[in-house]
Amino acid sequence: MTIEQTQQQIIDEFSMFDDWMDKYNFLIEMGKDCPLIETQYKTNNYLINGCQSRVWLHASYDGKQISFSADSDAVITKGIVNLLIRVFNDHTPEEILASDTAFLDKIGLKEHLSPTRSNGLLSMVKQMKLYAQVYQLKSIQQSHD
Amino acid sequence: MENSKRFDIQNIRSQFPALHQQVYNKPLVYLDNAATTQKPQIVIDRLKTWYEMENSNIHRGVHYLSQQGTVAFESARKTVSTFLNTKFTHEIIFTKGTTDSINLLASSLGKLLVNEGDAVLVSGMEHHSNFVPWQQLCIERKANFLVVGITGTGEIDIEQYKLLLEKRPKIISIAHISNVLGIINPIEEMIRLAHNYDIPVVIDGAQSVCHQKIDVQQLDCDFFAFSGHKMYAPMGVGVLYGKEKWLNAMPPYQFGGEMVSQVSRQETTFNELPFKFEAGTPNIGAVLGLETAIQFIESVGIEQIAVHEEKLIRYALKKLQEIDRLRFIGNALKQASVISFLIGDIHPYDLGMIIDKLGIAIRTGHHCAQPVMEYFGIHGTMRVSFAMYNTFEEIDTFVAAVKKAALMLE
Repeated sequence: MTIEQTQQQIIDEFSMFDDWMDKYNFLIEMGKDCPLIETQYKTNNYLINGCQSRVWLHASYDGKQISFSADSDAVITKGIVNLLIRVFNDHTPEEILASDTAFLDKIGLKEHLSPTRSNGLLSMVKQMKLYAQVYQLKSIQQSHD
Repeated sequence: MENSKRFDIQNIRSQFPALHQQVYNKPLVYLDNAATTQKPQIVIDRLKTWYEMENSNIHRGVHYLSQQGTVAFESARKTVSTFLNTKFTHEIIFTKGTTDSINLLASSLGKLLVNEGDAVLVSGMEHHSNFVPWQQLCIERKANFLVVGITGTGEIDIEQYKLLLEKRPKIISIAHISNVLGIINPIEEMIRLAHNYDIPVVIDGAQSVCHQKIDVQQLDCDFFAFSGHKMYAPMGVGVLYGKEKWLNAMPPYQFGGEMVSQVSRQETTFNELPFKFEAGTPNIGAVLGLETAIQFIESVGIEQIAVHEEKLIRYALKKLQEIDRLRFIGNALKQASVISFLIGDIHPYDLGMIIDKLGIAIRTGHHCAQPVMEYFGIHGTMRVSFAMYNTFEEIDTFVAAVKKAALMLE
């Protein structure tokens, strides 16, 4: 599935809920499916510090695609983290860099990406793109070697 | 008779327009009063009238509006002075808020008293605004920054405080009421002990001033700082009370207009109190709004407010105890207007987000007091804080919402 297809799938899933409590319940459930970061990476080096909830993020690259794993101490944050992972996981650096996160607006979660929420999610999106940028540079370098 | 005045909660609520709104289609339950209180219509109107009809710059004009403005501004100073029972009206300095008041002190009183090798003493339950300015002063002056610890119930460790006094700190700065724990510190005793060594004591009154009667002469504190916006007044105005002898001895904090008496190329002589500490044009409208807020508090009766809020906090503590795995952070006998709690392993942010959607405004996180969090080994709490307009029904709604959220998050 392309990034846009996954985003559309998430928008469709959320369209079933007309109530905030159902949305949050869904996010809590989604948090449980989050590909968990390995304990060795759950350190300050991988910590994305928000003011309130903490998020740890790790990325690996197989030369073609990036896969992410993460964790958070807040379960709703973890659900949103997993939404982002679902969208970006197993895509090339180019695909990740070319995409946006406008879908969060369509499912009513845009506020969670505002800097005032200080939950680390905005930094997380930046960090995912940064990983993509680094891996893109790496693969360009390797192709020149 | 002050005490026989009837406390009419519906009448009080009707004067706060912000309380009568819906958020996410639910009636707003505002329990974040330690962050800022809502404003009564009379305060909003005072600001409006100032800008509509009275706006002028004060203390310098010969014209009508300027003179009227100056009279109103100085009358507000008198109102604050009477409210705190200061000895002199010129002991009231208008600032931007508590943070500004404390920064003024850390800079000016710091210059006067703190040199290399000296010490400044604060407590481990301070808000960052009564912690960081003193810490930075100590770093700059190569002085020792002393922090008195807190006990398991969240009270200041008085025995340790007595020991630290032996180190003869030059300044002591302590919160009257903790913004995280709601604990009322025994400041009378702490001030008395400090004065045995002639150490001046600064009281951060941000969380106490609208919840109990403050008499600075009775407390005998050397300084008392608070913000208007936490006591039904506009934002951007605060007060620093200081004993005359200290304010006279202290060098100016900021330089500019208003605070000077003579300026030549070579030197400047500074204006007398209180103007020496009020450089530049003050937030006049907000100062007048603060005066109106004080008059409003006095018309309701600060003793009645204290009694009502005490009932609210007892009721909330009782109701919250019904919730499984709930624990209070800081649980002292003397507690005012603030409750901090955690439930099992539930993250405060998760709970705060869910009950927000149920129309309930509380604060979650470390409340700008990370040293307190360190003492309890936690990252944050959920905090509810009350004001005169809160009701028992609101506490019921809040507790029901917490129960619902806790079920979802278990």
